[in-house]
Amino acid sequence: MERPVIKSVNFNAFFGTNHVVKNVNIEIPKHNAIAVMGPSGCGKTTYLRCINRLHELTDGATSNGEMLLNGEEVYGMHPIFARLKIGMVFQRPNPFPNLSIYDNVIAGYKLNGLKLSKAEKDNIVEQSLTKAALWNEVKDSIHKKGTFLSGGQQQRLCIARAIAMEPEVLLLDEPTSALDPISTSSIEELFHDLKKNYTLIVVTHNMQQAARVSDKTAFFYMGELVEYDDTKTMFTNPKDTRTQNYITGRFS
Amino acid sequence: MRNVNIKYRVAKSKSIQIIIVLLAFIVILPLLAIILYIFKEGATKINWTFLTKIPKPVGEAGGGIVNALLGSAIIVFVASIIAIPIGIFTGIYLSENKTSKLAYWSRLSVDILQGVPSIVIGIVVYFWLVKPFGTFSSLSGSAALAIMMLPILIRSTEETLKMIPFSLKEAGLALGLPYHKVILKVIVPCGVSGILSGVILSIARIAGETAPLLFTAFGNPYLSYNILKPMHSLPLLIFNYATSPYDDWHNLAWGAALILLTTVLLLNIITKLTTKRWNVQL
Repeated sequence: MERPVIKSVNFNAFFGTNHVVKNVNIEIPKHNAIAVMGPSGCGKTTYLRCINRLHELTDGATSNGEMLLNGEEVYGMHPIFARLKIGMVFQRPNPFPNLSIYDNVIAGYKLNGLKLSKAEKDNIVEQSLTKAALWNEVKDSIHKKGTFLSGGQQQRLCIARAIAMEPEVLLLDEPTSALDPISTSSIEELFHDLKKNYTLIVVTHNMQQAARVSDKTAFFYMGELVEYDDTKTMFTNPKDTRTQNYITGRFS
Repeated sequence: MRNVNIKYRVAKSKSIQIIIVLLAFIVILPLLAIILYIFKEGATKINWTFLTKIPKPVGEAGGGIVNALLGSAIIVFVASIIAIPIGIFTGIYLSENKTSKLAYWSRLSVDILQGVPSIVIGIVVYFWLVKPFGTFSSLSGSAALAIMMLPILIRSTEETLKMIPFSLKEAGLALGLPYHKVILKVIVPCGVSGILSGVILSIARIAGETAPLLFTAFGNPYLSYNILKPMHSLPLLIFNYATSPYDDWHNLAWGAALILLTTVLLLNIITKLTTKRWNVQL
């Protein structure tokens, strides 16, 4: 089997003394869409934020164990380097309100002071927006502020901003929970194209979404990784009773 | 249903409404009275000579206040150069560090500094900068005013930046931006209107300060550009001339008062406009 892009070994995360991610072992294969699901407070978002080291920004937040990106320890590299390789899309769309759509897409380059020629910039903007299925909607108003877009368009803009940096992994933290059903389905369709080039890790508490978009699903409960398997197997033949209870709606 | 007197209730509500509107109107009156009075007294005194000549000695008619005008501009400008960077960076620090010990003490100092009488700041600067150098100087006046600007600058920057949602900072960090770039290129630009209006308000606040300048910039009947020497300013001129027994000097004081008032009004209007113009829709 090909080497996993993300691999966690005995990974733990804490808020102060509160143990929120417990001894997680997982291997995430390249160019797949992985759904991370579980009830509220199960540690799924915290685990996701550990992958690109956003977790440690919270006061008192710590973690231990191995977190490998292509075999390299994420916690051994500079967080900036890790975040360049591992992009993220948040629960609520958060385009930079002071920048145009164009500048939002290349924000990772522009704000980092990386010099690009006009042609390179144009190319990155068009490519990224096309991949995020937003280009046709915004190509005529590309220099307008990103905040004028609808919520779903803003979220796709955030996806474009993340993939403009050509990350290996794209973390998505409940990317559609603040969106209406139409925007949700357009973003879900997008995942099928995106996983050709990137590895997607999608946190969701929506089981239907997990079933629709993912190749593999990880089920978190009370901080533990209860079950991790092919999505089809997971939803038709769960091994753990807790998984079974969750997907049959016996608790949420 | 119990019998309720609707008419009585409506009347009561109406009368309270009228009282509130009346009180709100009364607040405007003192300002209007001051503006009208200063305009009435000052407008006739302002002419080209007034704006371009230095004051004449007692007994000679005419003369102007150009030394005070330029002096005020220089003193306030230098004060801004000193205070704005310190104020904005302290404001950024306080908004970023809500719980640290340093932030606690720094915030407390800012609050206390706001309440320190301006004359006290003047005395302190006198002992720090005037006595050791052996001469009154406009620079020491600027230093005193800079200290007075700080609380407004720091507070307005801090309050503005606190309003910027944390999600924007996360967005920046998740793109691999270093912390200082997230602050300077994401957080600060989003709060630029609030920071700018703090800057302008703090300038308006100190433009008319007299007490800290009495024994720092001291005043100077001649035109001076040297910030290491005594320099005149509008509030000092008003203070000196209005308390003098000469009509000519009273006239200059009225004219200067009008100019000072207009400047402060304009600065406040500009603040309102910048807030609108630079506001970032979050």
